[in-house]
Amino acid sequence: MGLYARRCRGASFLLYNNYPLKFSHRKAGTFCYSLGNSKTVIESVEEEVVPSSDVEEVLRKYKHGHVYKEGGGGLKYVIYKLKNLSLIKYIINWGRLCSMWPVHLTTACCSVEFAALSGPRYDPERFGWLTAVGSLRQSDILLIEGTVTAKMAQRVRLIYDQMPEPKWVIAMGACAISGGLYAKDSYNVIQGIDDIIPVDVYIPGCPPRPETLFQGILLLRDKIMNEVIK
Amino acid sequence: MAKEEFKSLEVYETGPTLTFSMGPQHPGTGHFRMVITVVGDMVVRCDPDPGFVHRGEEKMCEYKTWITNIPHLERPAILDSAGMTYPYVLAVEKLMDIEPPERAKYLRVIMAELQRICSHLYWLGLMGVFAGHATMYMWCFGDREYLVDLTQLIGGQRITHSYFVPGGVRNDAPPKVPRELVKDFSRYYRMILGKDYPGGEMPEDFRKYVLAVCDFFDARLDEYYPMLLDSPIFIYRTKGIGILKREDAISLGVVGPVLRGSGVKSDTRIDEPYDAYPYIKFNVPTMDGCDSYSRMMVGYYEMKESVKIIRQAVEQMPEGPVKLKQHPVTIKVPAGEVFASAEAARGQCSFYIRSDGTDKPYRVKICSPSFRNLIAMPYLIRDVRIADIPIIYWSLNYWPVECDR
Amino acid sequence: MSLSDVGEILARLIEDLKKKFGDKILEVNVEPKKITKVLVAPECIKEVAEYLKSEWALDYIKGVTGIDLSRLPNMAQEVLEVIYHVGSLSSEALKAVTLSLSTKISISDPVMPSLTSVWKGAEMHEREVYEMLGVNFKGHPDLRRLLLPEFWSDKPPLRKDYVAPGRER
Repeated sequence: MGLYARRCRGASFLLYNNYPLKFSHRKAGTFCYSLGNSKTVIESVEEEVVPSSDVEEVLRKYKHGHVYKEGGGGLKYVIYKLKNLSLIKYIINWGRLCSMWPVHLTTACCSVEFAALSGPRYDPERFGWLTAVGSLRQSDILLIEGTVTAKMAQRVRLIYDQMPEPKWVIAMGACAISGGLYAKDSYNVIQGIDDIIPVDVYIPGCPPRPETLFQGILLLRDKIMNEVIK
Repeated sequence: MAKEEFKSLEVYETGPTLTFSMGPQHPGTGHFRMVITVVGDMVVRCDPDPGFVHRGEEKMCEYKTWITNIPHLERPAILDSAGMTYPYVLAVEKLMDIEPPERAKYLRVIMAELQRICSHLYWLGLMGVFAGHATMYMWCFGDREYLVDLTQLIGGQRITHSYFVPGGVRNDAPPKVPRELVKDFSRYYRMILGKDYPGGEMPEDFRKYVLAVCDFFDARLDEYYPMLLDSPIFIYRTKGIGILKREDAISLGVVGPVLRGSGVKSDTRIDEPYDAYPYIKFNVPTMDGCDSYSRMMVGYYEMKESVKIIRQAVEQMPEGPVKLKQHPVTIKVPAGEVFASAEAARGQCSFYIRSDGTDKPYRVKICSPSFRNLIAMPYLIRDVRIADIPIIYWSLNYWPVECDR
Repeated sequence: MSLSDVGEILARLIEDLKKKFGDKILEVNVEPKKITKVLVAPECIKEVAEYLKSEWALDYIKGVTGIDLSRLPNMAQEVLEVIYHVGSLSSEALKAVTLSLSTKISISDPVMPSLTSVWKGAEMHEREVYEMLGVNFKGHPDLRRLLLPEFWSDKPPLRKDYVAPGRER
């Protein structure tokens, strides 16, 4: 097992005390926010294996990492191997996918279809999607519905950081995937939230029908089933 | 300036007062933030902080043509998208000096009233959740689905159908309702009301199906009254809370059920009638209580009136074309300015449009009802307990996306 | 209330204003179904507003619009126009009437008196015009940002020389 560093694609930013906020977009057309005269743009990186000689530098540069060093110690390795025996892994993953607690966050207009999802005609509890509670420290899934503006982006990142592991993110609606209807002409909209947080499932639509949301939830369940337990 | 202002709003002050932010991640507020200062359990000051969904709609309107503006202008009040695009379409028609055909006028009225009922059901349902009565949420959303099915039948999509165009509507209502929908609805009818549809089989003809839905919904509204609006918990939590006196309501410039719940009888459909409203008879419910309870009752009675309107509209609707002509995407509208209003679900929505004769507008200003009601919030959330904040906030029927545009 | 009644009332209102204020009323634009606009100079807008509220009972503010007129194709001027749309709720006869009271201020020094003492509901509307166009309202009780994010450091977005970032190239 080498070193796995999971970072988000895009800028790492959103330090809370009013540091310069930067979102940069590596697609055609600029969409940058900048404060002051600073011209640095943070590169976007894909998920990859980092050689062990570069670990310290990468951690310092990105300030975000979920890292297991190679050869961390005999006991840790044994526990890792035990947790990933097929029976235990199946049980743990089955527990996680059948009780998904979302964060109670409404972001923009897709929240109407999300509220309709919780109604009696489309009943999400049969798939393990439980009612949202107010507390962040007890939730698993962050469902970003709709447009995220620059003001909201700061809070979204804070919310993501406050959730404990394991956690997953669903991007619902065209605006959360890539800016959607507000892609070119809006001055305040983040062009896709995967510049801010790592996304697991993308659900297209404007707004997506509740049945499409169900398909997204089922995809997420498949993904959780096949995950490696860390 | 930004740093100091930010810090001062987030700081916990030791001493008798405590300032906290009831922020964008909260089950009680949605995507909206209020900075609240309390002493013990009593609120001293409330400072609303909108802008979390500010997407720059007004600037976007200047980059898009007259017809391609309609889809994104629906999105602010997505619940009530007909109410949001209605004044835009009326304004453009005034500038172009055209009038839609008769059938289109009635179809527009039917669509606007259907969305008004859907929006009010959402309002009542979530008010039930805030008052601690979660069954109301399930009832409202279950019934709302059948009305949204009707919207889908006429317009093509559940809520964002872009149905209105300058010159009419985009397509006609279908003559027959699909068989599965009729069967599903007749099963629901039997389950809820406990008796079969009078006359045997539920009809498949569009006009008769809409009348059947209206009958069902009328009976259902009579069931809502003892469930929520007459229940002692709800009355205890909302009566006498958030009193907005008549003179203050007028001078603050509030609209919609907030205005009518304070005793002012004002409704754009009666004062400045447009489309098919002059031919339809209905009342404007007004209550004198001036508190949250009266506002919710106004919403409830408005739903009953909307059912009356839909019934009359569907019976009086003539045959004929539904739009003047198929406009190309780049139409040119003559130069001028116009101020048009219509009654959306949350109140009177007005558009000011300035055109310079080209194919894109020069300035579009949206005076949305939630923005006009925002001023009532710091005024009302004062000298109340913390537990009353969600009740007052939601009784104003404030939709953050509509305020921020 | 039919259209001709509304037109009549508006005509009488404009007559009355012209008689009382004479040449302070710079321009009147009346189009019966569309809009009724009265243009005054920024120094006397408060006087006209108070007269409208006390004599004609126009006490209900519907909206405040700001426009940047520097890119109009025919008659571009380097001014910002601020329009107050007012109606009436206390008098039955004027219920269907909307009067638009407007003023023009220069782009380089956009200052005008605030009308929150006349119409209290204009507070949030004027805050929005302040942040979107940069107009400074003198006498406003609490002039700060409303909708834009706290760290916005660019020019006011609704000005015509501000281009949305996606359309820059």
